[in-house]
Amino acid sequence: MAVHAVAAMRPVAMHTVARYAMPHEAQYAAASGSFSVMWLLLVLPLAGAAILLLGGRRTDRWGHLLGTGASAASFVVGLVLFFGLLGRSGDNRAVSQHLYSWIPVNGFQVDAGLLFDQLSAVFVLLITGVGTLIHIYSVGYMAHDLERRKFFAYMNLFLASMLLLVLGNNFLVLYAGWELVGLSSYLLIKFWEYKPAAATAANKAFYMNRVGDVGLALAIMLMFATVGSTNYDTVFGAAAAGVIGYGTLTAIALLLLLGACGKSGQFPLQAWLPDAMEGPTPISALIHAATMVTAGVYLIARANPVFTGSQAARTVVVVIGAGTILIGCVIGCAYDDIKKVLAYSTVSQIGYMFLAVGLGPAGYALGIMHLLAHGFFKAGLFLGSGSVIHAMNDEQDMRKYGGLWRLMPVTWVTFGLGYLAIIGFPGLSGFFTKDKIIEAAFDKGGTSGYLLGTAALLGAGITAFYMTRLFLMTFHGERRWSHDGPEAKHPHESPTVMTGPMGVLAVGSVFAGGLFVLGGSLQNWLAPVVGESVETGAHTMSPAVLTALTLVVAAGGFAGAYLRYQLRPVEAVARPDSDVGLVTVAARHDLYANTFNEAVFMRPGQYFTRFLVWLDTVGVDGVVRGTAAAVGGLSGRLRRTQTGFVRSYALSMLGGAVLVVGALYLVKAG
Amino acid sequence: MSAAPTTALARQLLAAGPQGPIDVPTIQYAALSPVLIVFAVALAGVLVEAFAPARARRGIQPLLAAGGFVAAFVAVVLLHARRQVLAAGAVAIDGPTLFLEGAILLFAALAVLLVAERRLDSSGGAIVASAAITPGSPGATAQRTSVGVQTEAYPLMAFSVAGMLLFVSSNTLLIMFVALEILSLPLYLLAGLARRRRLLSQEAAMKYFLLGAFSSAFFIYGVAFLYGYAGSVNLGRIADAAGTVGANDTYLYLGMALLGVGLFFKIGAAPFHSWTPDVYQGSPTPITAFMAAGTKVAAFGALLRVFYVAFGGLRWDWRPTVWAVAILTMVVGAVLALTQRDIKRMLAYSAIAHAGFLLTGVAAANSDGLRGSLFYLVAYGFTTIAAFGLVTMVRTADGEASDLSQWQGLGRRAPVLAGIFAFLLLALAGIPLTSGFTGKFAVFQAAVAGNAIPLVVVALVTSAIAAFFYVRVIVLMFFQEPTMEGPIVVTRPTLTYAAVGVGAIMTLLLGVVPQPLLDLAGTAATSGFVR
Repeated sequence: MAVHAVAAMRPVAMHTVARYAMPHEAQYAAASGSFSVMWLLLVLPLAGAAILLLGGRRTDRWGHLLGTGASAASFVVGLVLFFGLLGRSGDNRAVSQHLYSWIPVNGFQVDAGLLFDQLSAVFVLLITGVGTLIHIYSVGYMAHDLERRKFFAYMNLFLASMLLLVLGNNFLVLYAGWELVGLSSYLLIKFWEYKPAAATAANKAFYMNRVGDVGLALAIMLMFATVGSTNYDTVFGAAAAGVIGYGTLTAIALLLLLGACGKSGQFPLQAWLPDAMEGPTPISALIHAATMVTAGVYLIARANPVFTGSQAARTVVVVIGAGTILIGCVIGCAYDDIKKVLAYSTVSQIGYMFLAVGLGPAGYALGIMHLLAHGFFKAGLFLGSGSVIHAMNDEQDMRKYGGLWRLMPVTWVTFGLGYLAIIGFPGLSGFFTKDKIIEAAFDKGGTSGYLLGTAALLGAGITAFYMTRLFLMTFHGERRWSHDGPEAKHPHESPTVMTGPMGVLAVGSVFAGGLFVLGGSLQNWLAPVVGESVETGAHTMSPAVLTALTLVVAAGGFAGAYLRYQLRPVEAVARPDSDVGLVTVAARHDLYANTFNEAVFMRPGQYFTRFLVWLDTVGVDGVVRGTAAAVGGLSGRLRRTQTGFVRSYALSMLGGAVLVVGALYLVKAG
Repeated sequence: MSAAPTTALARQLLAAGPQGPIDVPTIQYAALSPVLIVFAVALAGVLVEAFAPARARRGIQPLLAAGGFVAAFVAVVLLHARRQVLAAGAVAIDGPTLFLEGAILLFAALAVLLVAERRLDSSGGAIVASAAITPGSPGATAQRTSVGVQTEAYPLMAFSVAGMLLFVSSNTLLIMFVALEILSLPLYLLAGLARRRRLLSQEAAMKYFLLGAFSSAFFIYGVAFLYGYAGSVNLGRIADAAGTVGANDTYLYLGMALLGVGLFFKIGAAPFHSWTPDVYQGSPTPITAFMAAGTKVAAFGALLRVFYVAFGGLRWDWRPTVWAVAILTMVVGAVLALTQRDIKRMLAYSAIAHAGFLLTGVAAANSDGLRGSLFYLVAYGFTTIAAFGLVTMVRTADGEASDLSQWQGLGRRAPVLAGIFAFLLLALAGIPLTSGFTGKFAVFQAAVAGNAIPLVVVALVTSAIAAFFYVRVIVLMFFQEPTMEGPIVVTRPTLTYAAVGVGAIMTLLLGVVPQPLLDLAGTAATSGFVR
């Protein structure tokens, strides 16, 4: 849905479009050959969702298979297109498909179009690939749920929406996808809506996302007002050519950032993401770890010409990124709920991605790289946690776990590989991608470089601490549960349909990072979209030293957790707030983010709405009621003329006739 | 002063004079077939009344009437390309005529379905068993539950429809007057035929007759003045005469004004509207539906023809007056509807307001205005027939639940019926995706194009006022608890279902895909009136 202004209405804007869109426009080849089936990517899962939702109970028996099939088929189409893209020359790897004109009115042209380029290609593979694995996993995980069909329908809807988000060739299509993933996320968080916590969490996620969405919507409007279009090529062409004023560009970038923060759970809009863990675990893995929450990173990477043009906006991005890394880490240490820890870990890892893309051309590709690696290992970790939760009769408190490694060997291994990947164990995914970001942060230079680098480094250490804590409390140490009693547990390994996807993701956690950095392959691949990552050559710190330093810090974190949670027994019940340090108390309360939101936004918001209601009642309604009363009074007065007597009716007719004659004469005379 | 007209009259009367025998006009029967078919049906109906037994009549008459209307409609369709003046200039067959005749016949056919419905009342039908019985007498109670029906209603309707068809096609004022009387006299009778609330019904008939006669007097007085001015009752001749300079135009303006009063009365424009609520309320509801749709179409057809053909050249003189009447009509209709407690009276005031909206199309005085008015008439006709049809289905033990308080909570008892009624009310209010919106849009657009912007502003304000009382009924039906002695919704009145269904579906269709009918109206309007 690209919005073009027609010359007659917006001559200036049209001029802008014509002049500055040319170099970029030439990049997008029209879809032909295998690329003409690009729309299938979207339509397959969408059809799945439609069939499952409209088919109702009739589809219960095979609904999960259809959903998985639709997802897998979409993945296959994605692969075909990806290899088609590989077969093209470097400059020619962006294929655009015009679908239809949405609003073909003069002066307001809105077209729907898709764009399959290097950036969307990797996202398509991540979304459909990880998505398919999680579909397979869910077949087992949701086996006992009566509403499994609906679950798969929503998951397919999510896939279609997410694909729309990354495949759009303009910001309006992206926005449509953006809202639709929000909707599917909402539907899936409250999938078990009989749980009040789930219903509340879904609402919270929805509201907080609205705040961000308003930012995105305003950014799009501002783009349209400035360059007369929301097409990527036109907007980016104008941004790159410098025709958008610095102030406007910064405003657009900051508004986009607000949208990105909302969707990706970044400060100050991070509080919804941990609550969203009330949704079924596969959803936490797919939507709230691997794909949707990274949409903010995609948005910034996609809009890189806008951010490249505004130093100020990028500064805000890195500050938010670095801050969120630490916020996520610190809170992650305090929770005992396994999924909440993983959720804050996600918040913190996305912080790394924000930090990376905020660094500008040096970091866009690094952010995407960490995003993809994170997609594997975090999805794997979540699926593993789901496997544990499943085995422990839906118990999520790690203090009630312990010593599970013997009983759940496959989960232990796959989860362990994901765990090693996230803490940056040498040779695994996280080691390559996270190190690169820390390095880039230091390389930014100056005081700010040191500050950001230190924050990222510190984050790596704390990550090692809380992830080790989680791993040890879950799989090692004493068993803090029993086979009998009122809370009897009978942990067992999950079925193959669940462990299979976990295994695949574990393999991804091990190798993905190395594959991406090998010879700078991913950076080169993405270069046409996000620009060459400029290696300044002058490192603040030699990469080898930095790597060593990172390993030392991470080892420190590991050691701390090992001492605390392996060598000493873990209490089965957490100590009360009065018995722990101030930082722990703060962390347990999400660093008071909810309290802050309540005090600063919710309460004043409530007062404001109350004020508006008052204004509406007294002011607006007063006027309306007054008018209504006046008209009603007039009506009552006039009604008395309707006496029911023919003689008065006839008199009124006669009077009317005289008036008509008089009026005609008057007009004629005048 | 009187010399000229007298001479002209004498000349015309003695046109054959010494020169030869009187010209007998040739009649093109084929072109007149719609009117002739309906007249034939009416006469056949009279014969059926005379010779068929009462039981058989109850079956034969509706079939005869409906069949006749459908046949006449087919004739209209076959004639669709005809553009000519017939019968020595007395009748004009042209685009607007055929369009309006088609509409009248469709509405008449739907109205027959409503009249013929016998499942609504325990005894059968909305029409009285015997109109002659004095209300309050012992026989009156008996006739309420009698299965008998005054089947004369059908031939009367057929006569009235024939009058309507002639009314919209008459090319001379005399024929128009005759048509006016043919359409009105049966309606006066029909208004008095309600089975329930006999006194109210008879009062309505009486009032309608007296005021109708009064307005006819205005009309024929206007005709006389115009003849005096132009020396002819032919619309084209009057237009020609009005185009020349120098004649004494006092007669012209007097004639125009008085003729206008007669027509304004028929369309129910203020301040000639007072009969409308009383008559709409008192008449049997199916007859009200017939009047609201059919009479309105016929009266507007004649009004458009008179003002566009005979006074087309004087539009700068009559437009301000039509503006004033339109504004007054819209305001009176919308404002008075606010305080109505009776559903039929409310719909009657709604009909008045709609007459005002239609007048904005007339005041546009251009081809678009004609097109918009034609479309609006059809759209409004379907909606109003469906609405009145629905009113017949909501009943208490004493007949229709006409008081609004009885409609409270109807959405709970009969969601489908209440839903359809809500939809029809929204259409009357002019909400998009209903025919009401398209119709209003068409006439307002034409009025804006014709520089009648203040008129459109008033129209929009009154639309907003009108929306209030439509929505109030919706609120009443859906957002309030049903009362203990709420109305009974009669089940399975097939014929009423059919009429309401057709009306509601057309309301929806004309809102969603209005283009075909707009094109048809456009074709009719651009070919214009023949003279």
